[in-house]
Amino acid sequence: MIEINKLNAWFDDNHVLKDVDIKVPKNGSFGLVGESGSGKSTVLRTITGLVDDWEGEILVNNKELGPTRDKTFYRLVQMVFQDPFGSLHPRHTIDRILTEPVNIHGLGNSDARVVQALEQVGLDNSFRFRYPHQLSGGQRQRVAIARALILEPKILLLDEPTSALDVSIQAEVLNLLSRLRRELGLTYIMVSHDLAVVAHMCDDIAIMNHGRIVERATASQLADGRLEHPYSQQLYKAAGGYDRAVVDSFVDWD
Amino acid sequence: MSNETLLSVKNLEVTFNTPKGDVHAVRGVSFDLGCERLGIVGESGSGKSQTGRAILGLTAANGKITADQMTFHDVDLANLTPKQWRKVRGARISMIMQDPKYSLNPVMTIGDQIIEAYREHHKVNAKEARHRAIDMLDAVKIRDPERVFNSYPHEVSGGMGQRVMIAMMLIPDPELIIADEPTSALDVTVQLQVMAILDDLVRDRGMALIFISHDLQLVSSFCDRVLVMYQGHVVEEIKASALHEAKHPYTKGLLNCLPKMDGDHSDLPILEREASWAEG
Repeated sequence: MIEINKLNAWFDDNHVLKDVDIKVPKNGSFGLVGESGSGKSTVLRTITGLVDDWEGEILVNNKELGPTRDKTFYRLVQMVFQDPFGSLHPRHTIDRILTEPVNIHGLGNSDARVVQALEQVGLDNSFRFRYPHQLSGGQRQRVAIARALILEPKILLLDEPTSALDVSIQAEVLNLLSRLRRELGLTYIMVSHDLAVVAHMCDDIAIMNHGRIVERATASQLADGRLEHPYSQQLYKAAGGYDRAVVDSFVDWD
Repeated sequence: MSNETLLSVKNLEVTFNTPKGDVHAVRGVSFDLGCERLGIVGESGSGKSQTGRAILGLTAANGKITADQMTFHDVDLANLTPKQWRKVRGARISMIMQDPKYSLNPVMTIGDQIIEAYREHHKVNAKEARHRAIDMLDAVKIRDPERVFNSYPHEVSGGMGQRVMIAMMLIPDPELIIADEPTSALDVTVQLQVMAILDDLVRDRGMALIFISHDLQLVSSFCDRVLVMYQGHVVEEIKASALHEAKHPYTKGLLNCLPKMDGDHSDLPILEREASWAEG
């Protein structure tokens, strides 16, 4: 479904992605883990066309992407951003937020589509004419997911979709994402700094550091802690909570 | 660890007067704190931060604090004049805020901010203060204290900024530190490194610590005792080491809904809330 070969990207003189290779099968779920500045979000942003300066090969549905993306690309691939407080227009109602992509793509029948999209993310009709500030963080993230789903895409790019949420709300949103993938046959690339979230959601995982993939693992490898690279081991240990001895073993990876 | 009570809070209530009516943020919180590390855990809106802020008299102007008792040693925190507060805040109780990006002064060098914090409470000359500030930056494991001393907050990373905050809050040598989500804005490994620094300093200087966080796992691995808050109430108080024996369904729910690295992709248990929890 998605194949990325030797992807390199730059922000001015900063070489932020270095030879990144990713392959995601249809209906698969791929996780990218890393700390801030590792380039994990940049991979997603390059796929959606938010990064200008890149080289390499990105194939979506066996079709190679050029420097710009057209409408058919966005009907196939949609993205959900980290912060539901920043990604929804504060002065647009939920109805308008959801109708806008339908109109841009000229799909018609927007009324029924909005109702269906809200239902898919577990929000009832009473939310339709509210503004984002009247919703909680979890409800907003559901709206952001509904906005991505309304174009019936086959691929969702998820950039830290739950890191701004409480753990109990995170569980609900993760369950929602798993259900949608099952029911709609979606393909995910998910970015997170939380190893446990990615281990729970994804089949294949890549650990990134300074723009490079340092290790690849399957969910079961991760469950057993079978990681080779010292950086991934450090990340794995850090996920276990505070332990003075573990902290002393940390190495800086600058 | 001494058992002497440092801070005693009984039946603390914080109410905010808003255009939509009163919002009851903290409802009858009571605890005694010795020289120990106390964690306060809860979701957003549970009142954990407002509890911490009320202790330092930092509640917003539309908020009203009432308590049967709120004493720090023999100081009655409920009835202090602004002048008396200045002798307590910073000098005896201080607070580490969540995000160094917003809590450091952007137009003042880091060194000047630390010196300001120190000289507010200690009468020393500029040279001595500078010397102290650099020692303190060294104590929070900043590798090049001279350079950081002369930098502005935007020139350092998030983890470094939070170390600077810790340095600034610890330099007047307070007895109690309230840390409100001090590491939530940081990467996991940096988060643990910053906590280790806080751990060492609090231990060496014999300070008490109130650690406010939404992360139950992290708090229980760091603190001695944990208060779990839900809608302004303390629903459970447990020893951190006995977290897995938690009895309250809310605490259990918070623990269960965390994704685990066991390769299991089935749905996570959802926290079912009951109205009765908020009555306690």
